[in-house]
Amino acid sequence: MLIQLFLTFFLVGLVSFGGGYAMIPLIQEEVLNRHHWMSSAQLSDIVAVAGMSPGPIATNIAVAVGYQQSGWIGAVVASIAVVLPSLILILAVGKVFARLQDHVLMKSSFYGIRPVVAGMIVFAAIMFAQNAGMFARLSWFTWSQIGIFAGSLCALFFLHKHPLSVIILSGLIGIAIYG
Amino acid sequence: MNHKLKLLTSIFMTFLKMGPLTFGGGYALIPAIEKEVVDKKGWLRNEEIADVFAVSGSVPGAVAVNSATFIGYRIAGIPGAIAALLGIFLPTFCLMLLLTVFYVQLKDNPKVEAAFTAIRATVVALIAYAAIKIGRTAIVDFATGALAAIASLLLYLGHLHPLLVIVFGATAGVALVKIREHGGRTPTAGTSKLQEKEPIYDYMI
Repeated sequence: MLIQLFLTFFLVGLVSFGGGYAMIPLIQEEVLNRHHWMSSAQLSDIVAVAGMSPGPIATNIAVAVGYQQSGWIGAVVASIAVVLPSLILILAVGKVFARLQDHVLMKSSFYGIRPVVAGMIVFAAIMFAQNAGMFARLSWFTWSQIGIFAGSLCALFFLHKHPLSVIILSGLIGIAIYG
Repeated sequence: MNHKLKLLTSIFMTFLKMGPLTFGGGYALIPAIEKEVVDKKGWLRNEEIADVFAVSGSVPGAVAVNSATFIGYRIAGIPGAIAALLGIFLPTFCLMLLLTVFYVQLKDNPKVEAAFTAIRATVVALIAYAAIKIGRTAIVDFATGALAAIASLLLYLGHLHPLLVIVFGATAGVALVKIREHGGRTPTAGTSKLQEKEPIYDYMI
């Protein structure tokens, strides 16, 4: 179990371009589809908890998934695994990497990687919306979920609210309407 | 020996203090790191720190964690890198662990369940917001827009592994630039535009 945790999050750390949210499809693929460690609702909750805590999303998710699987030792193993690739890369190729950055091959691959990462995040959003029941048959529940989604997005995008405050407010609304 | 240990402790403490600041996103940390490391401690010079941030942004992983590691390495080698990494990572690790323990304990409480039912919709908004933010810097022309659409279709309909999608993106990027070269356009037509927009991605966190 610990070895699988380590390998999974080492992989996540290795390809973590474009921020933690971009890694959600990969985490989903490994944690849900391959290892069946938890349900999609649980993973969604973990992403929420990761968004509430300071620190990078990907490492926070590693801590939570690791803890759920093997307690605090799992949390330690998963977080070491997720930061190890960057540590190794920085120590080994830090200087070379800075020079490579301006190489045309490097630039053109990132020219392609960045939009693909954006597409991956869109896919993650669609999957989570599906799991939250937003595409189900229209009912009071579906509408309430769409309403909370739209409200949250406006708060983030137009009002520039911090994710933490949006999550807390959303939780309070949830207690009021679903509780 | 004693001197070395003192230096390592100092590196550890410096980044330990900064750990909680990562709340504002990785790039919010950059001015704070610069002030501590260059102005207050005098560990690195201004031009060195610019180099550090350039590398940290291009190596995979969170930029705050990467910068700390690289700075620690520059000051005191591998032990320095580990001291800095532990310093920046420990506070957020402890807080996240605490939150997870709370979540695991409380998740079956009906009130908490109700709260998370709503929060699941907010998570979709968080992810959508991240997509908009990265999309605005990544989608600079028609080709990149098409790549983003193809990537989500490959995942959604083709059930392709996310790793393969990243490999596909890199290959397509190289191919696109090569095709443009043959078409007589400047080889870095799209990429030069990217370069200017580079420093804004606080979605790295």
